[in-house]
Amino acid sequence: MPTTYEPIATTTLGSAQSSVTFSAISGSYTDLVIVINGALSSGLASLSVEYNGDTTVGNYSYTRLQGNGTSATSARATSDKGIGFVAQDACMTIININNYSNSTTYKTTLTRTNSNYSSDGRTASYVALWQNTAAITSIKLSASVNFNSGFTFTIYGIKAA
Amino acid sequence: MATTYEAIATVTVGSGGAASIDFQNIASTYTDISINLSARVDAANGVAQIYFNNSTASDKLWRRLYGDGSSAVSDSSNGTSSYVRPIGINRSDQTASTFGNMSIYIPNYASSSTYKSVSVDGVNENNATFAEAAFAAGLWQSNSAITRVTIIPSSGNFVQYSTATLYGIKNS
Repeated sequence: MPTTYEPIATTTLGSAQSSVTFSAISGSYTDLVIVINGALSSGLASLSVEYNGDTTVGNYSYTRLQGNGTSATSARATSDKGIGFVAQDACMTIININNYSNSTTYKTTLTRTNSNYSSDGRTASYVALWQNTAAITSIKLSASVNFNSGFTFTIYGIKAA
Repeated sequence: MATTYEAIATVTVGSGGAASIDFQNIASTYTDISINLSARVDAANGVAQIYFNNSTASDKLWRRLYGDGSSAVSDSSNGTSSYVRPIGINRSDQTASTFGNMSIYIPNYASSSTYKSVSVDGVNENNATFAEAAFAAGLWQSNSAITRVTIIPSSGNFVQYSTATLYGIKNS
């Protein structure tokens, strides 16, 4: 049985910082999965992504389906690197990036992102687009506030066969 | 390269049904755990409730987002609860032989210093009304390492052929 789900890298923050980058990602997998878990010092903050150092915000967009415990809403944004959120409680986010290493298509991601932060808890799914055909070789994840010490970020590679 | 996605245990409900699906003595050797469940209950109002370490303390929170074919709804525990309540098992008033699916993910389950976050995706298709597709966010406000996960219907029992598998995922 071939190993098809492999850890590529993991980062556990020893101190607060605003971003984490996975770089030199091999093109030898079919899909990528990123798991994020941790707690902010306070509040809720947007989680953003940047691929291959592309800072051109016009290349990024997302559509979101979200529930906050009271109402279900959907929103979308262009020129926005949003991919989910992080929050004060033990929030978690799982990002799936399929066919990340092809060099002919734009890259789409599917995110499940959760928080039960008492005053602003949410569960949501984001589909995000990077309008670039380049193979993804680096992923920068950042928040509008610092990630706290103890936040964990793990990236896995999945092989089709 | 080490195997990082390992099946730890599988429960398959026998002919007599079962009041719960229970994974005990979960080793702390993984980074995350995941449970894939296919299930149906023999009560018309049964929904899944997830318990950790056999704790019935009211220190869990949950929020859900679901669509039932006509509208999208979000609800929550509206305060603390003794369980996390996702959507994703079929009930006795739904089409015979239909089973719901749930995928449960718990990162850093063995940590003894953080609260535990839970993500659940669930569906119970029915070829009729009462079908639902759902997300749920759960939180156990405890620093205890999770060593046991129990799924109990709010009403009735799991029927024969309901099944669940617990997987362990390592980050190295």
